[in-house]
Amino acid sequence: MAEDRPKGAYIHERLQGKILEVQSFCGDESITIPRDSMLEIFRLLKEDPKLDFNFLADITAVDYLGKKIPRFEVVYQLYSLSLNHRLQVKVPVPEEKPTVDSLTPLWKGANWLEREVWDMFGVRFHGHPDLRRVLLYEQFQGHPLRKDYPVNQRQPLIPEREVEGTFVDNESENKLSDLKQKFPQKPEDLSTALKK
Amino acid sequence: MKPETPELPLEAMELQMGPSHPATHGTIKLNLKLEGEKVLDCDVEVGYLHRGFAKMCEQSTWTQVIPYTDRLNYASPLINNVGYALAVEKLLGVETPPRCQFIQVIMCELSRIYDHLTCCGMAASELGAITVGFYMIEAREFLMRIIEVVTGARLTISYTRIGGVKHDLPHDFAEHTLDSLNKVRRLMADCDRLLSRNRIFIDRMSGVGVISKDTAISYSLTGPILRSTGVNYDVRKAHPYLIYDQLDFSVPLGSKGDNYDRFVCRISEIEQSIRIVEQALKMIPLGPISLDDPRIVLPGKEKVYNSIEGLMHQFKLIMEGIQVPPGEVYLAVEGGNGELGFYIVSDGGGRPYRVRVRPPCFIAMSAFHEMIKNYMLSDIIPTFGMVNMIGGECDR
Repeated sequence: MAEDRPKGAYIHERLQGKILEVQSFCGDESITIPRDSMLEIFRLLKEDPKLDFNFLADITAVDYLGKKIPRFEVVYQLYSLSLNHRLQVKVPVPEEKPTVDSLTPLWKGANWLEREVWDMFGVRFHGHPDLRRVLLYEQFQGHPLRKDYPVNQRQPLIPEREVEGTFVDNESENKLSDLKQKFPQKPEDLSTALKK
Repeated sequence: MKPETPELPLEAMELQMGPSHPATHGTIKLNLKLEGEKVLDCDVEVGYLHRGFAKMCEQSTWTQVIPYTDRLNYASPLINNVGYALAVEKLLGVETPPRCQFIQVIMCELSRIYDHLTCCGMAASELGAITVGFYMIEAREFLMRIIEVVTGARLTISYTRIGGVKHDLPHDFAEHTLDSLNKVRRLMADCDRLLSRNRIFIDRMSGVGVISKDTAISYSLTGPILRSTGVNYDVRKAHPYLIYDQLDFSVPLGSKGDNYDRFVCRISEIEQSIRIVEQALKMIPLGPISLDDPRIVLPGKEKVYNSIEGLMHQFKLIMEGIQVPPGEVYLAVEGGNGELGFYIVSDGGGRPYRVRVRPPCFIAMSAFHEMIKNYMLSDIIPTFGMVNMIGGECDR
């Protein structure tokens, strides 16, 4: 179980020209790959005996609203049980067509993890057998972990009773309107806003 | 004379079990498809306890997240606290003093024992061995008292801080703990005598809820469920954090991947955790319990009240939070139920940009239908018991 230091270099060589970026931060190695060829790359990472990433530890996403131009990033944590190394794989996803390929053909465990990303971020997974919400209910509007979803917005299935003196966080409401003013919704405006 | 048998309908019956069922500890709904008593398919519905953990974390400072982590796996909140603190420390690029690391390991292992006792005790009492359930609750109470003495709370403890722990161990901690662990050992021996030759218990556990090695890996299962299939993966051994590399312990493995193996794995892990605590108590050094860095750790009250710098540091940390450099890390610790991962993104402010928890229970529940398919309806109870789903962590 030796630590495989030149792993990043090997991956780079193996996936010549397919990787957008290789990073190493705080001892975590991560690669960024385009979404068109992601299934192929994941298959290679899983099946190459020198990499052998047979364990998909986690799938999640991050919403970089107003910070990066492809707004979402789907993040995969891979682990190799035999070689004992980890790799983080990031796939940038634009806002207009938030779809990536599903990894359910490679790992069955991707099923619920992808459902959760769909539930929370509204990123669709192409080829997923059963893309339903998992933590929230089907009638829920919107995707709560997107940065433009207001924190204190409530949408109960059964109407709530009026209670006097409930706590309302006005501050976070202001934060949201600030955010909206700072970062307009259209992507071309966003790029100009970022250039400034 | 030929006995007449009435024609029974052949189509599968659909049955909804839960969300509030006396035998499922936790709010969860199982949509079952049954043929007689055989389970053909099972669709698990989770989310009844969703509180929006990640969204809440984004609103609070780095330190304010710690109380939220208590409420993930409430059977072992200390492991969650430690996992989160370690992830932020990794992002900050700091390492806590040795005494703090020993304290964290001791408290983590006590919580792990507590977690396994909860799981095994509940599973046993659901199968009718209610005596075992009570014995294990008694053993749990000994550990709970230790935790209470150290942290001041029983459930929502928030003991760690970023860069240290809240306060030091009490002076008679070692004696008290060793004494309690001996009592736990004695109770475990009693439980073993009650269960290991108990025909009913073994019949209901052994050969039930079997999952193969490949399926377990494909579903990303971790913890006792993965180890019961014979895969040697324990984060404490694979990627040692804190001082686990200095300690001598083994990882109990199963072979069949059934409920009984999971149970045995958990019971053997209790013994290993007791060993870890005993070793750590011998090796624990004296020294500071938190970093001496006013940008990360709150200064002592005497500094705050008597010096302008102390007051300023206190003010900055409370009002603005710890300034964590931009970046993202993933850090996994071994929780009671498996790999508990924290993926943290910082944009360089006093608040986290994104906090993601890899919940071992949630992932185990995603493979639940594989474990229960083609078994009987009554087998759901032991299988669900050994998954040890904790609603707070599964639904966040």
